[in-house]
Amino acid sequence: MMNYSSKKPPPAIQADNLTVTRGHRTVLRNLDFAVPHGQITGLLGPSGCGKSTLMRAIVGTQAKVTGTLKVLGHPAGAPALRSRIGYVTQAPSVYDDLTVRQNLAYFAAILDPGRTATERRHENVTRAIADVDLTSHADALAGNLSGGQRSRVSLAVALLGTPELLVLDEPTVGLDPVLRRDLWDLFHAIAAQRRATLLISSHVMDEAERCHRLLLMREGEILADDTPEALRTRTHADTVEAAFLHLVDEATATDAHHKEPAR
Amino acid sequence: MTPTTNAHAPAPPATPRPSALNYSRTTATAARVLRQLGHDPRTIALLVLIPCVMLFLLRYVFDGSPRVFDSIGASLLGIFPLITMFLVTSIATLRERTSGTLERLLAMPLGKGDLIAGYALAFGTLAIIQSTLATGLAVWFLDLDVTGSPWLLLVVALLDALLGTALGLFVSAFAASEFQAVQFMPAVIFPQLLLCGLFTPRPDMHPALEALSNVLPMSYAVDGMNEVLLHTDMTANFIRDAAIVATCALLVLTLGAATLRRRTT
Repeated sequence: MMNYSSKKPPPAIQADNLTVTRGHRTVLRNLDFAVPHGQITGLLGPSGCGKSTLMRAIVGTQAKVTGTLKVLGHPAGAPALRSRIGYVTQAPSVYDDLTVRQNLAYFAAILDPGRTATERRHENVTRAIADVDLTSHADALAGNLSGGQRSRVSLAVALLGTPELLVLDEPTVGLDPVLRRDLWDLFHAIAAQRRATLLISSHVMDEAERCHRLLLMREGEILADDTPEALRTRTHADTVEAAFLHLVDEATATDAHHKEPAR
Repeated sequence: MTPTTNAHAPAPPATPRPSALNYSRTTATAARVLRQLGHDPRTIALLVLIPCVMLFLLRYVFDGSPRVFDSIGASLLGIFPLITMFLVTSIATLRERTSGTLERLLAMPLGKGDLIAGYALAFGTLAIIQSTLATGLAVWFLDLDVTGSPWLLLVVALLDALLGTALGLFVSAFAASEFQAVQFMPAVIFPQLLLCGLFTPRPDMHPALEALSNVLPMSYAVDGMNEVLLHTDMTANFIRDAAIVATCALLVLTLGAATLRRRTT
C-alpha cells in the first residue's frame, strides 16, 4: 500500500554501529537499523532504555555519538537538515509566557524568515494550530493551558514548515483516549499526504499496533525491527505487548545464561 | 482534529545556514523576547521604576551635600542598567536552557549569533527606556549637576546595559537553577561594585586592589560617567572608557555564544 513509486526510496534514517555514551555509561550500544521512508515507525521500550537519546542523536542534539548515522541522506546534525526535521521533545518546549499563536509565529519566523514570507508563515501557523485542534485556544497563554494542550502546542511547532521527517518523543503521553486517537489519525494523514517519515516513541503498547514498523528497544539495544504483524506471528502472541514481553524474557534469559559462568 | 487535506503552503526553500547574522531571525528573536516581557508588566514596571526610586532616595539621603549626590548619582546611572540587565538576562537565558526551547531552537536553522544578538537587541531596547527615564529624572528633577551632555550619560548607560546582558548570558551557562543564577550576582557584580570607585576613588585603594579594579569592566563604566560629570566635551578618557566597556561586552557576548552548544549530553 505504500508503493507509490516503483523504485524503493532510500531509508530516511540509517544507523550503522551507532553508539552513544553519557559519562561512563553506554546508553546506546552498536545499533544497526534503518527507518523506511514515508512510514510511521514506532520506537518502543521501557523508560530509560535509550529511546530519547536515540531521538536526540537523530536530530543532532546529542553529544558523544559514534558510528554512522545518516538522516535523509546527510550525517545526523548537518545544518542542511535543520529545516527538514520536526522534533518534539518529551517535555513540551514552548514559551509559557507567550500565547499559542505567538509561540508558533516565532518558530515559523526562524524556519522561514523574511518579510516576503509573512503570508506563508501566517497560513502555516493557522494550519498547524488547526492540526492539533487548538484553534479555540490560539490566543491563550501557553502557561495557562493544561498539560495535554501544552504538549500539543509543542507538537504544532514541529508541524510548521512541512518537515520531511518528524521525530516525536512520546507525543501522546498524558492525553485522553479521544485525543490520542485523533493524533494518531493526524500522524497517518501526515505520512500519507505529505509522504513524511515519522519516528514516534511510546511506552504505550496499544499504540504500537498503529505503526507501520516497530523498533523494540531494551537497555540500549534493539530487540526487534519488524512490522507489528510479523512480530506477533514470530512470537505466537496475540498483541504487540505480549510479543514484546516474550522478547524481553527471551533476552533476559540469554543475558543470565551468558553471565552464568562468570559467577 | 481533522487533518487539513487541501494543498499545503509551499515548503520554505532549504537555505544553507548563513555564517553571519540573519537580520530577520535576529529581529524575530528580539520581538519574541519583548513580547514575553509584554505579558509580564510587573517585571517591566520594576525594571523601569526601581532605578528612579533609588535615585530619588539617594538625592534626599545626601540632601545636605549635593556634590556627593552628583558623583554617586552619576556612577549609579551607569551601574543600574548593568545590574538589572545582568539579572534579567541570566534568568531569561537560564529559562530558555531549562525549558527545552533552546534545544529546539538550536535544532532549527537559527544561528547562535542570531539568538544572542536578538537578546541583546531586546534588552538593549529595555535599557534605553530605563536609562532615559533614570537620566531624565536625575538631571531635570533631582538637580544632578552634569557638566557634559546628558546624551553621553545615556551612551555609557547603554553600553553598561549591553555589558550586563553579556555577563548575564555568560554566567547562565554555569547555573543549573534560578537559585544559582541569582547567586551569581553577588559573585560577579558585587566585587566590581566595591572596586569600581563608587565608595572611594580607585587611586586611594590598596595597590593590589587598584590593579584588580583596572581589569574589571565596571570601573571603566563609572570612570566614563565621571568624565561626563566633570568635563564639557567628549574627552579622550571618555572615549577610551566607553571603548573598553564596549569591547568587554562584545568579548563576553562571544564567550556566551561559545557556551550555547547544539549537542549536549
